[in-house]
Amino acid sequence: MYEIVAFYLFSALTIGLFLVTVLSKNVLYAMTSLAAGMVLISGFFFILGADFLGAVQLVAYVGAIMALYSFAMMFFDATRDIKEKNTNPALVFLLGGLSAVVLVLMFAAPIHSDAIQALYPMHEGVGNAQDVGIILFTKYLVPFEVAALMLLVAMISGIILAGKKMDQSLTEDMSADDEILTQKDEK
Amino acid sequence: MIGLSHYLIVSALIFSIGLIGVLRRRNLLMLFFATEVMLNAVNIAFAAISHYYNDLAGQMFAFFIIAIAASEVAVGLGLLIVLYKKYGTLDLDDLASMKG
Repeated sequence: MYEIVAFYLFSALTIGLFLVTVLSKNVLYAMTSLAAGMVLISGFFFILGADFLGAVQLVAYVGAIMALYSFAMMFFDATRDIKEKNTNPALVFLLGGLSAVVLVLMFAAPIHSDAIQALYPMHEGVGNAQDVGIILFTKYLVPFEVAALMLLVAMISGIILAGKKMDQSLTEDMSADDEILTQKDEK
Repeated sequence: MIGLSHYLIVSALIFSIGLIGVLRRRNLLMLFFATEVMLNAVNIAFAAISHYYNDLAGQMFAFFIIAIAASEVAVGLGLLIVLYKKYGTLDLDDLASMKG
């Protein structure tokens, strides 16, 4: 019973929040609704019994990635609405709707599911984190190390790309700086 | 009772929302948000299949997708900052330098 209520609540809220993300003109609204939707997606993972994945989603997505986005948003002018000229909105919605129909048909199609057997089955009476740890450090050890190396490369490239000319102001108009200076003078 | 197809349909809906975002957005930062939405939709599908087939491989793939998303965001935001310093805009129509 709780599972049904939670599933429908989470799915309705997630779809609504992601629609706000995709359709909003304001970067701040889009980012906050994206963060809230990611928190609710970790709720899906907790319903599904993937506790460790839910915790990783909260820590990595909501913690790290959204902090990176909000950090990058400070470089750009976030208060102004984004002006986007859409050349042909009808065509875009037609294409998106057609792809949605194809996807739903693909996922709802009957599959020969008896032939699928679990490669790494979950164990009874063992917590999800222990199970994940055993599989991750035996069968998936090489991809795990490669992922660690990839994150290191990404960190270095992020530092190098963003760190150049940090002492220069990004925004062209200096009116904000002048405003701060005049306020200081008045004091 | 909630079955596997419920989760897959929700995942497909969220994926289509992200796809619509990728198709209609012209701002690069908003395009990044739409790709994050699509990656999250795929993660839901992986976790649901992993639960209903009692198999841990789906959760493993979801972990690696999260790791890839983190590095993509780090590199992509660095590139966005370089682009913004050079051109002063993130609009795709203004950034298009090849006329075709």
